[in-house]
Amino acid sequence: MTAKVLRRVAIFVVSVLVASIVVFLFMAVLPGDPAQVALGVNATPELLAKTRAEFGIDRPLVTQYFDWIGGVLHGDFGRSYVTRDSIGPQLLDRLGVTLWLVGAGMLVALVIAVPAGTFAAVKHRKASGAGVSGLSQIGVAIPAFLAGIILVQIFAVQLRWLPSGGWTPPDQNAGEFVRGLVLPALSLGLVQGAVLTRYVRSAVLDTLGQDYLRTARSKGLRPGQALVRHGLRNASVPVVTVLGLQLATLLIGAVVVERVFVLPGLGSMLLDAVAARDLLTVQGIVLVLVAGVLLVNFVVDVLYTVLDPRLRGS
Amino acid sequence: MKARLHVLAAALLLVASGCSAGSSASVSAGPDTLSVGFTAEPANFDFTRTDGAAIPQALLYNVYEGLVKLDSQGRVVPLLAKSWTISPDRKTYDFQLQPGVKFSNGAPFTAEDVKFSLLRVKTDWTISIKSTMDVVDHVDVVAPDHARVVLSKPSNGWLFSLTSRLGAMFSPSGVADLATKPVGTGPYVVAARKRGDSVVLKGNPAYWGRKPAYSTVVLKYIKDPTALNNALSSNGIDVISAITAPDSIPQFQADDRFQVVQGTTNSEVTLAMNNARAPLNDVRVRQALTYAIDRKALLDTAWAGRGTLIGSMVPPTDPWYEDLANVHPFDPGRAKAMLTEAGATNLNLRLRIPNLPYAVSAAQVVQSQLADVGVRTTIEPLDFPAVWLKQVFTDHDYDLSIIQHVEARDITTFGKPKYYWGYDSKRVQQLLADADSGTPEQQVADMKQVARQLNTDAAADWLFLFPNVIVAKAKVGGFVRNQVSESFDLTGLAPR
Repeated sequence: MTAKVLRRVAIFVVSVLVASIVVFLFMAVLPGDPAQVALGVNATPELLAKTRAEFGIDRPLVTQYFDWIGGVLHGDFGRSYVTRDSIGPQLLDRLGVTLWLVGAGMLVALVIAVPAGTFAAVKHRKASGAGVSGLSQIGVAIPAFLAGIILVQIFAVQLRWLPSGGWTPPDQNAGEFVRGLVLPALSLGLVQGAVLTRYVRSAVLDTLGQDYLRTARSKGLRPGQALVRHGLRNASVPVVTVLGLQLATLLIGAVVVERVFVLPGLGSMLLDAVAARDLLTVQGIVLVLVAGVLLVNFVVDVLYTVLDPRLRGS
Repeated sequence: MKARLHVLAAALLLVASGCSAGSSASVSAGPDTLSVGFTAEPANFDFTRTDGAAIPQALLYNVYEGLVKLDSQGRVVPLLAKSWTISPDRKTYDFQLQPGVKFSNGAPFTAEDVKFSLLRVKTDWTISIKSTMDVVDHVDVVAPDHARVVLSKPSNGWLFSLTSRLGAMFSPSGVADLATKPVGTGPYVVAARKRGDSVVLKGNPAYWGRKPAYSTVVLKYIKDPTALNNALSSNGIDVISAITAPDSIPQFQADDRFQVVQGTTNSEVTLAMNNARAPLNDVRVRQALTYAIDRKALLDTAWAGRGTLIGSMVPPTDPWYEDLANVHPFDPGRAKAMLTEAGATNLNLRLRIPNLPYAVSAAQVVQSQLADVGVRTTIEPLDFPAVWLKQVFTDHDYDLSIIQHVEARDITTFGKPKYYWGYDSKRVQQLLADADSGTPEQQVADMKQVARQLNTDAAADWLFLFPNVIVAKAKVGGFVRNQVSESFDLTGLAPR
């Protein structure tokens, strides 16, 4: 068990390092000169040269890379070319917003998917079960930004119940924080919930056909009781896998939803930084996102062994 | 139907979030707080080292003040200078300063600060517009309330540039951290900043002049035009500083809660032609393209018919404005004849544009109208600013491009042969030089000559002047209708 976890940790570290090199090279070949973007029109060659030297982008790529990754390993992501601020604290700040959004989106998804998927599985021979399945099919086809636009039109523009966008930190005003998070979380979560519903349904269906469930029922448990006591834990193994995979999709969805709802998260920071060729900032964000996704995979792997004792042996 | 929508919506909300329905979504805190939405966020607060319109838009005249400012008619009027005199040789400027002015860090404002600020442009600023200050020879402190600036040669452009960020007054004790802590003499100070979200300005309690009506102004940064409109519709903000989605204007006009204020800008949407390269180095080809484009139809498509047809690089708020919109009227027959005469048949031109909505929609009109006269164009959208700046602007690798030229009095760029227009006319260069050094009357006469010459040469095709469209809650008044300065001037805004 320990060896297995250690091996996963090693894979995680190597993957992040490889990702850092790929990200760095991508940034290096991206067309456009950060110095020129910072200086704007009429920039003279002398000013350009001076600014490139100030940014350190006139040095060899290898030097630039090792400087950067060396700093990152010490928790220093460098200073942005554009904002002239330290990137690290800004990243943390923005990550906080994105994590709230993804977390709330995931919660919405689970609240929808677990009961709906289970219901659809248990009633899979009935019209009601087929109805839930059909609804989830429709939900899967709706992109998060479209859901966001529709929700804003109804709840913000027409009814004016909730803000159409903007962010209030939870420690500043908890009520405004929740109100601001409802629509973004719904637009992210509704779609994910629809996707997840289908996985929950097939996992529960699969479990319903297992021998141990029949055994449980033969001992006198009603179908629902048998499912809750013996089935859900088993059904959760494939669902957790999918959840891990979905988290990457959620992060991508968050980028779009952040733009629609004007949330100062990592996604909007990334888009701005790419447009401004703020290379260090882009590198920092992408590295954090990649590390995040890899971390989720790592956690999912560990969770398997907790959920399913049979996987602990090897 | 409406009632049923309410019920459905309430049910959805309660199920999904447990949130209490029915409360108001307004974020405006009180009658003396104003919330203004912008599309472009300042990267930082240091406009001496970071280019772009967003920083002066937020800070100039609001947080920083100069000796002079521009009023909405484009006239240079007093600000920190009560008055000024110009010597007969037009090289010496004597500024009498306002008494009792303090910077927001408590330091008094004196002629020493004028000297410090103006000379600092040469030494510490790194953005390119600083070159306008090269003409300053030296600055004398005659008395604490009297600064004398001596130029190496007469320059009308210099006084005008003092109305921009170049004229902003700094204190030696307030420049340690310009990127995050601006210190100016203006009616507002920066109270808070949430990156990616907003900047909060609060009234400066020690302000020397008339206090603004709104003691708190929240500048909200919302990049997406639809999200910006939604924020106004749902009470998230009180003002949209400039509409970027013209199709949404009628919706606000039809609603009593809002008002639409339309004026002009300095922003000429220009079809740039590479004058330095064949086939566009032939004036007949450039004129033919100008005849081939129906600018009225283009304006209707690209910006819902709002905006002004001007036919030159001069907006109506400049003193030498003339309507040159019909010098080259839409005449495809003539365009074809001129192209044949120039031997320029079977042209295939690269129309390399920034990937911005106005440019993309204008490019499609240009493409189809040029096709009608037998000129093929390939539209290549380039990532803006990074790629467009590098390939079109710096490397001059283009035949045609479409871009807004936003800077005030940027007609002077046609005096620089190395500018990406590739336009090289000794006559225009001489006229521009004469205009800068002459009396105001000479300046007006010479600048008119410049505009006419550029028009005759079809140095570019000025498609239209971008309008300034502000949409606001009906209760807010005092807007500057024409956007002629770099500032979004908050000082005159007041409830009405």
